[in-house]
Amino acid sequence: MSTFVESRQPVTPGDLIAEGEYITGENTYKEDSKIYASRIGLVEYENKRVSVVALRAFYIPRIGDKVIGTIVEVGFSGWTVDINAPYQALLRASDVLSRPFRPQKDELSQVLDMGDLVVAKIVAYDRAHDPQLTVGEPELGKITRGQIVKITPTKIPRLIGRKGSMISMIQQETGCHIILGLNGVVLITGKTLEDEQLAMMAIHRIEDESHTSGLTDRITKMLKEEKMKKEENTK
Amino acid sequence: MSRKPEKLIDKKGLRLDGRKPDELRPIKIEAGALSNADGSAYIEQGKNKILAAVYGPKEVHPKHLALQDRMVIRCRYHMAPFSVQERKSPAPSRREIELSKVIRESLEPSIFLEYYPRTIIDVFIEVLQADGGTRCASITAASIALADAGIPMRDLVVACAAGKVDDTIVLDLMDTEDKMGTADVPLALMPNLKALTLLQMDGILTSKEFESAVNLALEGCKKIYTLQKEALRTKYVNMKEVEE
Repeated sequence: MSTFVESRQPVTPGDLIAEGEYITGENTYKEDSKIYASRIGLVEYENKRVSVVALRAFYIPRIGDKVIGTIVEVGFSGWTVDINAPYQALLRASDVLSRPFRPQKDELSQVLDMGDLVVAKIVAYDRAHDPQLTVGEPELGKITRGQIVKITPTKIPRLIGRKGSMISMIQQETGCHIILGLNGVVLITGKTLEDEQLAMMAIHRIEDESHTSGLTDRITKMLKEEKMKKEENTK
Repeated sequence: MSRKPEKLIDKKGLRLDGRKPDELRPIKIEAGALSNADGSAYIEQGKNKILAAVYGPKEVHPKHLALQDRMVIRCRYHMAPFSVQERKSPAPSRREIELSKVIRESLEPSIFLEYYPRTIIDVFIEVLQADGGTRCASITAASIALADAGIPMRDLVVACAAGKVDDTIVLDLMDTEDKMGTADVPLALMPNLKALTLLQMDGILTSKEFESAVNLALEGCKKIYTLQKEALRTKYVNMKEVEE
């Protein structure tokens, strides 16, 4: 049993990370008893689990994930939604309309049209079927106002922070309400455009500096300074 | 077209461009050279200049191409009209179609195709300037572009050629050596897994010569592999150090 790469060190696909009685975590694979990286990322050990925190990856749907998607097609009995993943998601008309759905009478494009943005949850997905969405829960549904920021999906956990510390701090400091789509799309709704822009700035900075330590403190400081500047300007 | 030089290797044992028989051309690799593609890479190997871009995985269009149990890879190797001395027609030639297939097949074993069924990955390879050994350089670049796109892979694929010129086994043939030489052996390799994904031979070699050519090309592959990894690290890791 031995490891060949230290914790938090970068690896590229094919790098040998460990050999022996280890368990493969994310972005790794096992060949005989050797564990290799399958993506560019930083190595992480957790007991016997070896994983790679990817620096670059795309979003793969998972049941229960909250995502933000764009309507790309209005069909006869539902919508096709682009959720920034290799697969397009389906949203059924019967899920959105609370009453029984009548294909002859209901015009789906009046409910949700092409280009509309929705916050939704993935209810079903497996290898053989495209993901299916629902909007039948609180906070879910069509987006009517706010700003959209797109970031790399792998950086969403950093944006949440430890036990949600980062995201709650940004919400507190800017007074904005933030919805994180796990597919890398973030919705910010605030009282004024300035508040929203401040939150957007913070999110972009987190994306750029996601792997550095002490980030929460730096973002807090930045937000406070920006707010001070604005107050001075209004005076 | 330049006239045939009388000797491809001089009295000192040096080649036309002054290289030793077992020496690679200077190589420069850049990961993520294009911002609109999901992943990309640019490689310069001697006078070769090649861009590779990757899109996907994404939904398959037309739908009948989709496979229910694995990803599909679509590869296009294309030479720009200005990539060679005499203008090349931009329409895909027989050779380009064949190379597209050869490159696709040498990249396929490195990708976990079974992870995302019913999707497709598009690989575009554009040769801006050609000087022999473009298939190898293309594979090297395309593999970096795939890693840059965040596609899960078993290993990077590295390719390099060796051949026989004036009765000498040489590494990394350039255009004149390829055309005037006796043989050319391009091969592609996944170095960590010690697995070959491409092995071709053009010309005539004895089995002994073939063996030493393969060994020489393998050595070359290992050198290029370190450059490949470095290119990826420069994009993703050094970026991090600057910020800290």
